Amino acid sequence: MVNMKLTLAGVEIDNPVIPASGTFGYGQEFSELYDINCLGTFSFKGTTAEARFGNPTPRIAECTAGMINAVGLQNPGVEAVKAVELPEMKKFFHKPVMANVCGFSLEEYAHVCERLDDEEQIGWFEINVSCPNVHGGGMSFGTSAQAAGEVVKAVKKVTSKPVIIKLSPNVTDIVSIAKECEAQGADGISMINTMLGMRIDLKTKKPVIANKMGGFSGPAIKPVALRMVYQVYEAVSIPIVGMGGLMCAEDVIEMMLAGATAVEVGTANLVDPFVCKKMVDELPAVMEKYGIKNLKDIIGGAH
Amino acid sequence: MQQQILTVKENIKLTEGIYRMILCGKVDAIKNSGEFINIEIPSLFLRRPISVCDYDGESVTIIYKVVGKGTEVMAEAKEGDTFDVLLGLGNGYDTSVSGEHALLLGGGVGVPPLYNLCKKLISEGKKVMVVLGFNKADEIFYADEFKALGAEVRITTVDGSRGVRGFVTDAIEDVDYTYFYTCGPEPMLRAVYKAARTEGQFSFESRMGCGFGACMGCSCKTNFGNKRICKDGPVFTKEEILW
Repeated sequence: MVNMKLTLAGVEIDNPVIPASGTFGYGQEFSELYDINCLGTFSFKGTTAEARFGNPTPRIAECTAGMINAVGLQNPGVEAVKAVELPEMKKFFHKPVMANVCGFSLEEYAHVCERLDDEEQIGWFEINVSCPNVHGGGMSFGTSAQAAGEVVKAVKKVTSKPVIIKLSPNVTDIVSIAKECEAQGADGISMINTMLGMRIDLKTKKPVIANKMGGFSGPAIKPVALRMVYQVYEAVSIPIVGMGGLMCAEDVIEMMLAGATAVEVGTANLVDPFVCKKMVDELPAVMEKYGIKNLKDIIGGAH
Repeated sequence: MQQQILTVKENIKLTEGIYRMILCGKVDAIKNSGEFINIEIPSLFLRRPISVCDYDGESVTIIYKVVGKGTEVMAEAKEGDTFDVLLGLGNGYDTSVSGEHALLLGGGVGVPPLYNLCKKLISEGKKVMVVLGFNKADEIFYADEFKALGAEVRITTVDGSRGVRGFVTDAIEDVDYTYFYTCGPEPMLRAVYKAARTEGQFSFESRMGCGFGACMGCSCKTNFGNKRICKDGPVFTKEEILW
């Protein structure tokens, strides 16, 4: 018998497999396909203060071993999440859920977290700091250590739930950003968000995506994600949720060896809606194959 | 929605660049005309959504146009090859509101989903007129198949090489219909929207991420809020469309 149980920022999870925000909605579509209570947890769609339609279409482009998306944080807004999505979710998901929160100002991050703080089912906040910062002239909160740290500080003031900060790979030094977030009280780091990318259509000679650029994800970025998780693991002592192109149970082990306590699976859900269940089902056999009895013993094992 | 491995029974060229593929296996997840399937393409990452032309207990028929790498790979498939397919996707057409005389308007590669719809309407005892629009005579496909179902068929071609010269909207002025269904390129759908004298349903195409409502890749605005073409559509009523 193998043990897949882990503790993520103080909350116990049955296994490390967590569908990533933006690829799993609020769980509804997937709960119709399988019992999603087999998951460690899942991170729901990035939620902002007001409802957002997002970017114009096309929002999606095919790439070699991956895809680009520029959805643009489409979501129904925090009040609709409280009134509609969370009561609905309780019917089919009975574990603590990860609440992904986005904002365009420090006040918005704090406001959304404050409104969600009394929701019992929320086990963690995952704060996405890679959306545009309208106060800072289009810069992202996630590309500056100081700005990312300020977001952590603002959110920590309004909630006692664990705060995991989701970092962007589109930076020169992710380690310094992670360290500043830890210094400001973050309870965990999740990484990496998508990499900025582009495709151009040879027929129209224009970018495929209406927004021109978008987030590149999928198995093509896994080596970058592994490298960054490895680097951040050496610099911080808070847990890391590792993600970036994970497609199978072996990838979960690889990401944990780099330093992740748990993993998120994003793009894979879109091409194989059953992939997270398959990972959970296959993980024990893969652990046995590599002589792993207790999953928590391998965190950062590659160092 | 189900994920199934289906086997190619037939993959033939109908006209230049247009192919018909029949896939066999467990296809009972398909419940309605106007749904689509999402096909995994070896060597490519995203699945390719293709509308269902026809289905029965053990097979699904699709007609597709070769427009890029995904459909190029599909066109190479041989009898006995297999594909990983998600099926039972999208809402499909609602025939309960058609009244006695349905008008079906299809343009180019928008023709296929109307085939099973036509079959269904006729089995419900309704009179069906089908108008199929193409660029030129040698691009025409499925006119005889619609006739064989018992529908009255009209053809339009942009260059006038067969049937009425012009677009599908140029061949419907004298038609007395109670409801319409349409699928085709967006300029055609917009023209139908303007020309139609009754309520009706439009089937849309979109670049999709997942095809089952998770990623918000194919969202659109409607008169009833934001909708996902893959999950809330691909069929929308005239009333819903924001044009």
